[in-house]
Amino acid sequence: MDLSLIIALDVVNGAASLFLLCLGLAIIFGMMKIINLAHGEFVMLGAYATVISANAGLNIWIAMLVVAPLFVGVVGLVIERCLIRFLYGRLVDSMLATWGLSLCLIGLVTTIFGNTINGVPTPLGGFQVGAYRSSWYTIFLLAMAVLMMALVYGVLRFTRFGLVARAVMLNPGMAATLGVNPAKIYMATFGIGAAITGLAGGLLAPVSGITPVMGTAFVAKCFITVVGGGAAIISGTLSAAGLFGFVNQLGAFFTTPVYGEVILFLSAILLIRLLPQGISGRFFKGTL
Amino acid sequence: MALSRRDLLRTAAAVPLSTLAMPAVLRSARGETPILVGSLHDQSGPIAASGTPMVESLKLGIEEVNAAGGLLGRPLQLVHYDTQSNIQMYSQYAQQLAVRDKVAVVHGGITSASREAIRPTFNRFRVLYFYNVLYEGGVCDRNTFCTGTTPAQTVEKLVPYAMGKDKKKVYIIAADYNYGQITAKWMQKYVKDQGGETVSVDFFPLDVTNFGPTISKIQAAKPDLLLSALVGGNHTAFYRQWTSAGMKDQIPIASTTFGLVNEPTTLNAAESDGILGAYGYFEELTTPASTAYVAKLKKQSPSIPYISELAAATYEGFYLWAEGVKKAKSIDRMAVTEALETGLSFDGPTGKVTVDHATHHVTRNAYLAAVKDRKWVVRETFPDAKPQDTAAVCNLIKNPRDNKQYEISI
Repeated sequence: MDLSLIIALDVVNGAASLFLLCLGLAIIFGMMKIINLAHGEFVMLGAYATVISANAGLNIWIAMLVVAPLFVGVVGLVIERCLIRFLYGRLVDSMLATWGLSLCLIGLVTTIFGNTINGVPTPLGGFQVGAYRSSWYTIFLLAMAVLMMALVYGVLRFTRFGLVARAVMLNPGMAATLGVNPAKIYMATFGIGAAITGLAGGLLAPVSGITPVMGTAFVAKCFITVVGGGAAIISGTLSAAGLFGFVNQLGAFFTTPVYGEVILFLSAILLIRLLPQGISGRFFKGTL
Repeated sequence: MALSRRDLLRTAAAVPLSTLAMPAVLRSARGETPILVGSLHDQSGPIAASGTPMVESLKLGIEEVNAAGGLLGRPLQLVHYDTQSNIQMYSQYAQQLAVRDKVAVVHGGITSASREAIRPTFNRFRVLYFYNVLYEGGVCDRNTFCTGTTPAQTVEKLVPYAMGKDKKKVYIIAADYNYGQITAKWMQKYVKDQGGETVSVDFFPLDVTNFGPTISKIQAAKPDLLLSALVGGNHTAFYRQWTSAGMKDQIPIASTTFGLVNEPTTLNAAESDGILGAYGYFEELTTPASTAYVAKLKKQSPSIPYISELAAATYEGFYLWAEGVKKAKSIDRMAVTEALETGLSFDGPTGKVTVDHATHHVTRNAYLAAVKDRKWVVRETFPDAKPQDTAAVCNLIKNPRDNKQYEISI
């Protein structure tokens, strides 16, 4: 009983971290059709922002929840202005450019902070369920995932900005004739996507080993999840993150971590074969 | 590659010519033609954190020898290539060092995969090769000298110490490539030798970052001791998640890899205190040779986060070669090899390092330490640990033409 509770917590935790990691990508890829191969490096920048400011004496919560998203959001805005804005509608070019960007960011961070492992200690501590132990931070990650989901949903569904953003993504020409400047909306959306990714990096910083190349461990899984989820940002990402987190963590528990990864990728291949439009292309049509 | 007639003629012609030309060179340049020392180490990519201190250490050795007048009256010159954590680069630059640069010796290779990619090249082109990294053992090749520790020198000491009298149930976690796989086998053997029981062995690909399920699994297995051969930045996350789940004080950890880069300084004291490790060298060693070496290397490159066995063994590997050259009075490959095989030794930062003829490995001190306050505290010294694992399968005195890496059956 205690064990099954702990395993359930692992599964939920796996899904929650995957969801947090993917949300920013889902916005940038799902809404703007930019394949951002530098996504992993945005995570890395968020983690570095957290570690550097926390080690400089800033409160860890502020470093994680404020500094990381702000910093990566600003970086995202700069990158959008200098690079991405020339690439809207050019899918393959955007891949090449963002891949170059990812190498460039890795190189830059390596030059500044060196190729060593950084980190901050995990706050909160652990709790006990029967004979087993888990950490409060797991619960906190879950809460953050729920909060971010509600926040993004709320903004897209109930605010004027959300409405305009969705309109621009659907039909930029029509939106422009109604007096909206699509370029500004694109810029803001990219910045928000980057900020959310930075937040994910900040949130994962206390439970990761932080190196300049850490992003590569995330980028493949994130793309699989976003593609598996399909067009709907929230319902798609949520269902895919839930599914993949579930199979990965359970696979890792009952077999080995190696098979955990194998099962994840196999189920992704199967999913795309059966539902080429992703989960939300079939089951949650028309949702956010 | 057999010596062709053309090569022979060229060499035969070059020797007297170069002898004749020497006075001219002496006057024109600042000395004799330098002896080239090849280096293949990763300075970018994921393995750069290990490679950079090794190159700095090699540079230090070369500078010291040059300051003392060089070898055989000739200065040494480093020919270094950054292999970029990429096996293809290793193969390419190995050829370049052997064929174009014609170096006298090569120090290099970090992962076992990189070593096995370049070792055949140096055999083919007859270039002496030094591999200065702790590894799983078993390389048996007269052209290669392995100066790092092998499991019989470290794991054999670590496991009994960590198990103590009452820790019989052991859980092993390791990185999923040849180092982790083979080291895990050694761990199992030594656990068994101690009368213990291995409850489970788990392997992790290098990009695993979420250890939640594993931590639950370990709790379910209830071991008395956790042995870790996890590798790299992503895997450091394990120690963090382990502590945050409150497991740190429940089950002790001993590791064969923790601390090779800078793990103790990145984790905080609560996460790393009490973790045991055994290596051929710790920066915290207080012998005069060690403190002098650390001071010199830190002065040369202040950015080195931690000087581990990797850097120290590279320094000693280089000096062993230099001793070989001095004794042979030549940089010829066979002459230096034979000189080294007489059992040459060098007193380095780790203590006395002696070449073992039969295995081309070294007898060196091993140290066992525990992390305290983000630093290692050396608890035990094991003088003159022999490479007994490799010695069980490899005898280059009897079979000098042997050339393979044995998988030591355990």
